[in-house]
Amino acid sequence: MNIMRRKVYMTAGYNTISMGTGRKEFNPKKNRPGLEHYIHEAGQGVVSQIGGAEKIDESVIGNFMAARFNNQAHLGGFMATIDPSLEFKPALSVEGACGSGGLSLISGIRSVLAETADVVLAMGVEVQNTVKAIYGADILAGAGWFANRKKGHAYFFPGQFSDRAGAYYEKYGFDYGRKGMGRWFRNAMENARLDPTAQEHHNNTPDLDALYNKMKPNGASFVDHLNVLDCSKVSDGASAIAVVSEEGLRRLGIDKKDAVEIVGWAQLTRNITQDPPDLVELTTIKKAAAAALKNAGITIDQVGTIETHDCFSIAGVLATEALGLAAPGKGAEYVTAGNTARDGVMPMNTTGGLIGWGHPTGATGVHQAVTIWQQLTGKAGAAQILLKADRPYGLTINMGGDDVTVVAIVYKRGA
Amino acid sequence: MNYDERLQHVSVMGAAGKMGSGILLLTAVEMADRSLMPENKGKTFVLNAIDLSDEGLAGLMDYLRVQVQKVAEKKTVWLRQMYADRADLIENYDIINQYINDVMRIVRPTTAMETTYRSNLVFEAVSENKDLKVKLLRQIDANNPGKPWYFTNTSSVPIHIVENEAGLDGRVLGFHFYNPPAVQKLVELIVTPKTLAETKAFALDYAKALGKVVVPSNDFAGFIGNGHFMRDALHGINEALELAKTRPLTEAIYMVNKVSQDFLVRPMGIFQLIDYVGVDVVQFIMKVMNPHLTGEDLHSDVLDQMMALGVKGGQLSSGAQKDGFLKYDKGAPIAVYDMEKKSYVNIADFMTTCDAALGKLPEPYSPWKAAVKIKDKDAHFGPFFGSLKTMDTLGAKLALRYGKRSDAIGRKLVADKVANNEQDVNTVMLTGFFHAYGPINGYFNE
Repeated sequence: MNIMRRKVYMTAGYNTISMGTGRKEFNPKKNRPGLEHYIHEAGQGVVSQIGGAEKIDESVIGNFMAARFNNQAHLGGFMATIDPSLEFKPALSVEGACGSGGLSLISGIRSVLAETADVVLAMGVEVQNTVKAIYGADILAGAGWFANRKKGHAYFFPGQFSDRAGAYYEKYGFDYGRKGMGRWFRNAMENARLDPTAQEHHNNTPDLDALYNKMKPNGASFVDHLNVLDCSKVSDGASAIAVVSEEGLRRLGIDKKDAVEIVGWAQLTRNITQDPPDLVELTTIKKAAAAALKNAGITIDQVGTIETHDCFSIAGVLATEALGLAAPGKGAEYVTAGNTARDGVMPMNTTGGLIGWGHPTGATGVHQAVTIWQQLTGKAGAAQILLKADRPYGLTINMGGDDVTVVAIVYKRGA
Repeated sequence: MNYDERLQHVSVMGAAGKMGSGILLLTAVEMADRSLMPENKGKTFVLNAIDLSDEGLAGLMDYLRVQVQKVAEKKTVWLRQMYADRADLIENYDIINQYINDVMRIVRPTTAMETTYRSNLVFEAVSENKDLKVKLLRQIDANNPGKPWYFTNTSSVPIHIVENEAGLDGRVLGFHFYNPPAVQKLVELIVTPKTLAETKAFALDYAKALGKVVVPSNDFAGFIGNGHFMRDALHGINEALELAKTRPLTEAIYMVNKVSQDFLVRPMGIFQLIDYVGVDVVQFIMKVMNPHLTGEDLHSDVLDQMMALGVKGGQLSSGAQKDGFLKYDKGAPIAVYDMEKKSYVNIADFMTTCDAALGKLPEPYSPWKAAVKIKDKDAHFGPFFGSLKTMDTLGAKLALRYGKRSDAIGRKLVADKVANNEQDVNTVMLTGFFHAYGPINGYFNE
């Protein structure tokens, strides 16, 4: 079945700053903007590029845990705060843990495919710095099965991926694995420095490898197989993008070359009550990416840049294997060799990813789409990479939980 | 009686005070941690928080709850293991709340000192008054049949005097925390010739469990810490009086404070430190120490005058600095007290002139906050003070005299056998006073 029955585009993307530790202006002791601010800023960021909110048919907002981080549910009700013309129009919120942003995107795609909308505002938001990390860990643990919380680590999700990293070291070697993960971290910081909205934009550590190598994983203070540099950030932020039909593009007066076309996508979900089938494989990502590429009718070799869900450096390394860029066990080597760096054969997470740009959980999937839109349409500023003619496609992989909900989307520049 | 049994019934006297509240926090946490050990399940631990002030005790319980929560947040990984068998405690939030509860249920705030009569261990942190300490400990010992051990937090009174006058016979030692006890790593441990070996062994185990750095001091009034600080403070006051022969005393106080902070690269200037500790406390400690000293007079008329004027410094229960020699805004000095006019003079009015009179700082300058983190101290401070010695400015001369005096005070503490060696003196100043370099260093030798 061809699920792309109609042309769907994305355009007019916008990212707020990813706010949290790393940003110079971040002060955990001072009051900070809340959900309302981020939703409004990201929404207006899109509206100002499309010539007015009245052109929007409906909106979708992805969010993971505002109900606990901010004591606020029912985020669809905030869309009209962006612009009064959005009131009395459809607005829904979607949740799939850290994959909520991806679900927001495909909700928009589905509406356009169903021909019930021509212009959908797809957003993601999360404001997480409202609680200390030790309590944030409780909240984020909601992405796993609560029946497992008691036996889980104090830092539940770092604990889950620490287990994956431990299994990787066990099977392929500790130093080998750390080398690949360390290079992933270095790439993330170097890329983030190039994007003014990135949480690590101000990063100026002179020797990232030395810093990484100095910080050995220590189970007594954190988790057994990861250090804090292996982890994504605690972030406040929102991202938004317009998901539109050809008719929608005309309505917005935006040229196709300033948009990306969605050429394939897949959204798969694994049984949350079961442990991952294989700790050293991201099985759902593997299946979702394969399905999206098949849907797009291309192979991974035609993809020029990828935004993947590196909530932890080990997830970045494992993604290279799940996407078929490297054979099982060869991901660390693939990354260490520089293949995923911005000047490598497959530039990944070119504005820093979750470790460098930041991880406002519910916004991440949308942020990935915005980055791909920027790169494919030449709007990435200092972070712009050079795409080769035979690799014109972009790919995003957004994951919720431990490889449970995955959204994979394939893009190419509009023409 | 083993370590845990000793800790099953403890009292802290003066628990609502600046030092007592910290001692109470650390002890409550240690007792709760021991109570969580599998071998201690079901045993009752009791910590009496004794103070004269009901209001103070209420504030203490507020302080305790906030601090215990912070402690719990830092060791949640460990706490999850301790509460692994509690099916009802699932999230970190549940576990942290349970731990707060488990610490708080140990603590009994009370104004009744009779509660000490059942304690195995009594921490004494009442005001720095030998007669009061002796009276209290004597009373407890007469009524407590269990021959308890006494740890006194005195920073100045010789322990053997308390021991003899209260009739404690080897069951007392000096366990001197630094302010604030929950933060400062240093403990000065002072034993008498009679102190029981097992009492000292327990003290060392307890200090280790609290993560403290123990420096043994011999039993001389003021020990190492105040032995250095009081003389160092007196030097600063006298330098200010000398400078005041040619300029107002307010300016002189500002200048000596600046020299002792910036030129000597210390966390705060000497007058700010006196204010931090409290003018009253400094005066009192000098008064306690002075009769025990030979060949020197540890006394300052300036402190007496300040006390007479009711300007005492010290801290509010919130931890905010009260005005003393200096007036503070958000912790930073903004004015100096004029004892004649009985009012504060803004530093901004004379800062430029005074700074110019002192001259510029030596190079390469690194402020205390950065300097304290430097690993190779000699490589940094050697050249820095080397350059200071070549400068012909008032600031450099004052700093040089100050550094030399500080060095001499340190060496005298060793010569007088207060400290066992130079290293112990330096450790006390580095960990108890947060100095960036030890006072005995040779940097200021000609």
